[in-house]
Amino acid sequence: MLRWVVWRDLILAWRRRADVLSTLFFFVIVVSLFPLGIGPETQLLRSIAPGVVWVAALLASMLSLGRLFANDHQDGTLEQMLLTPQPVYLIVLGKVFAQWLVSEVPLVLIAPLLGVQFGLSQDTLLVLFASLLIGTPILSLIGSIGAALTLGLRGGGVLISLLVLPLYIPVLIFGAGAVDASIIGTSPLANVELLAAFLVVTLVFAPWATSAGLRISLE
Amino acid sequence: MLGCVRGDRRLFSDLNFSLRPGELMQLTGLNGSGKTSLLRMICGLLAPAEGQILWQGGNIRSLGEEYFLSITYIGHRNGVKDELTAMENLRVASGLGGVEVSRAQAADVLDKMGLAGRETLPARLLSEGQRRRVALARLMVCTTALWLLDEVLTSLDTAAVTLVKRVIEEHLSNGGMAIIATHQELNLSAGSFQRLELAS
Repeated sequence: MLRWVVWRDLILAWRRRADVLSTLFFFVIVVSLFPLGIGPETQLLRSIAPGVVWVAALLASMLSLGRLFANDHQDGTLEQMLLTPQPVYLIVLGKVFAQWLVSEVPLVLIAPLLGVQFGLSQDTLLVLFASLLIGTPILSLIGSIGAALTLGLRGGGVLISLLVLPLYIPVLIFGAGAVDASIIGTSPLANVELLAAFLVVTLVFAPWATSAGLRISLE
Repeated sequence: MLGCVRGDRRLFSDLNFSLRPGELMQLTGLNGSGKTSLLRMICGLLAPAEGQILWQGGNIRSLGEEYFLSITYIGHRNGVKDELTAMENLRVASGLGGVEVSRAQAADVLDKMGLAGRETLPARLLSEGQRRRVALARLMVCTTALWLLDEVLTSLDTAAVTLVKRVIEEHLSNGGMAIIATHQELNLSAGSFQRLELAS
């Protein structure tokens, strides 16, 4: 039954490709603006690269969060999903997984290419890729809590950012920290492991909080 | 004794009723008298301000998924996705409800609902009445015991209304139950009938 949720959301994303592409282009443009604005100072670019790429990833993920439940809420399919004989936890997990596949994975894949603009070495690009691969599911999971709580509110988009961005801070620190470590030549493993631990914790708790949020928002 | 408070307004209180297999209850009442709230309460989306709703002796708030296995709710927001085709809408909605519907089966049901030839059109190209037919097609494949239908007959033409009534009659004669909020006279030939009028 989980596959119905994922299959459905993937088809919907495919039929609204423009929404998905806008997130990707936003990420690409924001990251590319920095080298253009700062100029060819390799040393400076290299040192700001981890922060820039990670902050852009956080902001790009905010763009797609508003859509996670809002459309389904409007046409009544969300309440239908809450009334299905399966845990809401699983439905949330399925929807978040689909959102991650559609909106975050393209960012992860293109990030190494953008990293080249900052003069990052091959090893660092690999660390950047790995840290985003582990970190972006956390963004989707935490973001889903904010999306559920602000469902149906006017100006929900801004409110989501205010709710969720502070919670993203640990991900930002460890994610950018891993890339930083690789740039200065130390092992990024500690940061990556902390990120992975954080992913496990959010994987367990975030869908649960999101389902509670959805129930409240739909009353 | 069921009560409902929305905002600071008390919609109804001291409501008490029960439904047995094969029974239909029609909800009537003025606009804003709480028909939709009552239905949403019965399907578990809304917590009652006072009182409780029992399903086979157990409180629905604690039964959870076990209870959702026995109900089908169709609200006035149809739950039809604009981007999906009629066929996909039916298959996804039933699949989520735990009933796998094959393509052939879905085509057959949509054909019965008078949507032949439109199965593969995105729902946004369908008329309001046709979208409602897509939503109601779910009733023909579901295996649930209790149907909660909120103003489902609006924007349907007479042929479709007759069809839906026949589906409900069949459901009732198989021992199913239904609670329907509508202002139209149902005049069903099967099952026993009770009316609940919500006064505001």
